[in-house]
Amino acid sequence: MNKHVTKTYNAGVKDYRSTYWEPEYSVRETDILACFKVIPQDGVPREEAAAAVAAESSTGTWTTVWTDLLTDLDRYKGRAYRIEDVPGHDDAFYAFVAYPMELFEEGSVVNVFTSIVGNVFGFKAVRSLRLEDVRFPIWFVTTCFGPPHGIHVERDKMDKYGRPLLGCTIKPKLGLSAKNYGRAVYEVLRGGLDFSKDDENVNSQPFMRWRDRFLFCQEAIDKAEAETGERKGHYMNVTAPTVEEMFQRAEFAKELGTPIVMSDYLTLGWAAHNSLSKWCRDNGLLLHVHRAMHAVLDRNPNHGINFRVLAKLLRLLGGDHLHSGTVVGKLEGDREATLGWIDLLRERHVKEDRDRGIFFDQDWGSMPGVFPVASGGIHVWHMPALVAIFGNDSVLQFGGGTLGHPWGNAAGAAANRVALEACVQARNEGREIEKEGKDILTKAANHSPELKVAMETWKEIKFEFDTVDKLDIQHR
Amino acid sequence: MSNVQDYPSRLSDPASRKMGTFAYLPQMSKDEIRKQVEWIVQNGWNPAIEHTEPAHATSNYWYMWKLPMFGETDVDAILSELESCHKANPDNHVRLLGYDNFTQSQGANMIVYRGTPV
Repeated sequence: MNKHVTKTYNAGVKDYRSTYWEPEYSVRETDILACFKVIPQDGVPREEAAAAVAAESSTGTWTTVWTDLLTDLDRYKGRAYRIEDVPGHDDAFYAFVAYPMELFEEGSVVNVFTSIVGNVFGFKAVRSLRLEDVRFPIWFVTTCFGPPHGIHVERDKMDKYGRPLLGCTIKPKLGLSAKNYGRAVYEVLRGGLDFSKDDENVNSQPFMRWRDRFLFCQEAIDKAEAETGERKGHYMNVTAPTVEEMFQRAEFAKELGTPIVMSDYLTLGWAAHNSLSKWCRDNGLLLHVHRAMHAVLDRNPNHGINFRVLAKLLRLLGGDHLHSGTVVGKLEGDREATLGWIDLLRERHVKEDRDRGIFFDQDWGSMPGVFPVASGGIHVWHMPALVAIFGNDSVLQFGGGTLGHPWGNAAGAAANRVALEACVQARNEGREIEKEGKDILTKAANHSPELKVAMETWKEIKFEFDTVDKLDIQHR
Repeated sequence: MSNVQDYPSRLSDPASRKMGTFAYLPQMSKDEIRKQVEWIVQNGWNPAIEHTEPAHATSNYWYMWKLPMFGETDVDAILSELESCHKANPDNHVRLLGYDNFTQSQGANMIVYRGTPV
């Protein structure tokens, strides 16, 4: 059979859909699949807009070129293969695009995203475009590096089982001297937290250079460990202006014998982050990952990249912890969406589940899981809901909710630890901890003056049980 | 400042050593311990008992008390092994683990008897 002789060169502009819209295409296991939310320009038909997205994010350009005929485009082109309405949104539709494996460099998250969220996001035929989900085929997953250690290795290294881990971001985030900062770290660790954290914008400013900070924080860790008999860590932020500086800081952290460092994967850059994550596995340090800049990409419901995609790509790049939202105290819809991406961070296999915003089955193969981190604006009254929502494999971080305690950091830390353990105990006993939260905390406070004062300082949270969050409503 | 309370943790005070989940709660009653054993059984984890001299509590490897009780679902049998371990090693910390062979980790790990402080 000779199928190769019929193509001839016709210069000019063709409809994208004649080449890139293939509703009969049956998806291959090796394809990278993407779901975009598209709002086309007026007068552009859905099929044409979807095909344009597929074309511009793969092999296409605006006009036919003769060199197209030197290759087999069918092997390389992305295809829009399905279009769906977006519930609750008349102008938008979901476009599903399949990209063949030949388009991508193995193990390169950088390469995949340079393609699929490249030029296409500025493309004139679409008014706005949002990447909602990506299915990474198992061949791609296995060529990526993944978490340096993963959830269960971290539990073994830190010797912590049967409960969420507790952390705290040191505040004020800017302006403390290294020695005073180390004091704040020591106090939260001796009070019962597992970790404290550098704020994301604490790098190496004139008021506190990184080396001084690392030294004082390590002394704080060592003393708190001796005092409590438990293992402790401080996320030493090695995010730096250059990769060389980043590794210099990481090497020093390793020399100190500290268990964990941190980076900001979006501002640092994915290639630099991937290098750090490999270094962390080679050198036995855990890697905490912050997500500064994520809201620039993921907050607009019609344009950008959904956080679930940013979470998936971080798992591929490598990280042992990732900030993933708190759910409590936020808007409707967040709960289901957050449950979706924390599953994507932790589980081996995640099924398509539109109620959680998950558009594709995702098989992670043997890749370890990442701890989701709930951080920001939470305090002891949130504890029952946090334990119920996040389960054991999570890090719960109370910044103000620890440091703002009227008796200081150690008391604040102890209050959080007591509240956490009381909730875990109650959950294990089969109680409904979200509904019975007040009773559980009040009883625990009878033997913990630190918790009692914390509960008086911060307001009780009203739990709402009837709300059914739907992502399609959130998309309005 | 008079109503600010000091946080009473000291290097010099062995009672400040905490050792894991539930260490910040008061000693559980027998009934409460039973419920935690039931949680391990309900999850299909394999109960196991370990103990150590308090001076060596920070080691990863405590002494195993016999072998993990693979497939044991009788809560009374598990409680009675805990007591046997404690009686044979009255000065030692004794902890109960739930091995989760799916995650290759421990789903539960708690001190049941605290040894003589050092």
